[in-house]
Amino acid sequence: MPIILDHVNYIYQDGGNEQVMALKDINLTIPDGQFIGIIGHTGSGKSTLVQHLNGLLKATSGHIYYDGQDIYEKDYQLKDLRSKVGLVFQYPEHQLFEADIFSDVCFGPKNLGLPKKDVEYRAFNALRSVGMPEELYYQSPFDLSGGQKRRVAIAGVLAMQPKVLVLDEPTAGLDPRGRDEILGLIKDLQTGSNMTIILVSHSMEDVAQYVDRILVMDHGSILYDGTPREVFRHYKELETIGLAAPQVTYIMHELKAKGLSVDEDAITLNEAADQIMNLFRR
Amino acid sequence: MLKDITLGQYYQTESVIHRLDPRVKIGGTLLFIISILLYKYITGYAIAVLFVAFVICLSHVPFKFMVRGMRSVLVLMLITVIFNLIMTSQGEPVVQIWKITITDEGLVLALSMMLRLALLVIGSSVMTLTTTPNNLADGMEKMLGFLKVFRVPVHEVAMTMSIALRFIPLLMEETDKIMKAQMARGADFEHGNLFVRAKAMVPLLVPLFISAFRRANDLAMAMEARCYRGGDGRTKMKPLKYHKRDYIAYGILILFMIVSVWFGRTKWW
Repeated sequence: MPIILDHVNYIYQDGGNEQVMALKDINLTIPDGQFIGIIGHTGSGKSTLVQHLNGLLKATSGHIYYDGQDIYEKDYQLKDLRSKVGLVFQYPEHQLFEADIFSDVCFGPKNLGLPKKDVEYRAFNALRSVGMPEELYYQSPFDLSGGQKRRVAIAGVLAMQPKVLVLDEPTAGLDPRGRDEILGLIKDLQTGSNMTIILVSHSMEDVAQYVDRILVMDHGSILYDGTPREVFRHYKELETIGLAAPQVTYIMHELKAKGLSVDEDAITLNEAADQIMNLFRR
Repeated sequence: MLKDITLGQYYQTESVIHRLDPRVKIGGTLLFIISILLYKYITGYAIAVLFVAFVICLSHVPFKFMVRGMRSVLVLMLITVIFNLIMTSQGEPVVQIWKITITDEGLVLALSMMLRLALLVIGSSVMTLTTTPNNLADGMEKMLGFLKVFRVPVHEVAMTMSIALRFIPLLMEETDKIMKAQMARGADFEHGNLFVRAKAMVPLLVPLFISAFRRANDLAMAMEARCYRGGDGRTKMKPLKYHKRDYIAYGILILFMIVSVWFGRTKWW
């Protein structure tokens, strides 16, 4: 079920009655099963873009097609779309409200109008897939740690069994360990259940390791669109818009400049380490 | 969707009126309102309209922002006008339709009432549009300072007020965010009868209250960390001070009050 964005523009009025163009002529095709990273500076339009994908925001002009259907058509059921394109907001733990974790995760599937049995089955599966221990299912979500709360919130969206999962800064405010756990979990979801994943982040390091494709956004338009390797080749241009390539990219480029024969396209720590070890072996 | 609502409707621009001391603006608005309530004849309103037009010109705020506040009292104004028109029996009849008689005095009275309401709203809009909420709270605090003698916690009330004002946009934003997050999980806030919709608010209100408490807690902590302990002996970074323009403004206001009330209460015909 690919998502296609066709000349999408989004304009809103800010407090002082000035028109702000938050998205400028976005054209994008998101095929099934891809792991996409969207990076950009604060205010570059990342969050605005992902809120279009499940119809929470309506484009000022342009069209969005999900599975070949225009989602802005009159009789299109946005509720169905929202069950297929799951969106996990920034700090999703702030939306928890039920008295216990299990009921909170049930909220999504219950809204889909499923029978009670299916709702609970889905909630159970979702909680298991985010690795929540069973003895916590009937505890208050407010007693959990920050990382656990976030897992529960992600489970709340997973319980809708979406085909596409969009996560807006899922690692914000977590410690390095919590970050790795969440990112690992997301990668497992993609490989395990063949979900399309869209990850919004401003950390290159996070994105480089996991994604197949990077979209770099700046001032409401897509600046670069390609594999991490292709995008990080523009590391100098990335700096001018307030972003940076992963640290290893810099090291590799400097080694290359010093005349060593390394591949400057190494983007993860492991690849870089292999390259450097090769130098010593030779 | 919630961005459309503006509260504490300050309009940012550069003008003499913006620079005036908030106390002048609060006091001036009070004087203005008292004057308007004292008029007996339409001459007074005419002077007040001219005066307000003069202040609006000085304030550099577009006229449409001034009128915006009128929308909320439009119905009230309409009802007032209609009742004054048809219920006044004194004076010479001007129009007569079926059993309803409209007299010349009724017309004048209706017009005066309309002007009175419009001036009240626009007069106070001038104040809120040209003064930041924080400045207003500061001015109030200073003006009501004498109440401290009676053990009224003026500073604390003013502080509470400015914090409340500061939190309104934050909570709006938060509401918008939580609403969207729950909609992404299939929540429906728009359909169903009253009972269904009230129930649908639970997933919105619970997180909203929790976040409000969390924010309040954080703020209290941050204030304590900076040794905040109420108003006693507290100095201000920007204390309110009267300048020459403030005295001139007071002079103009008092002059306006005397002239307009005198004209407004004297019968000229």
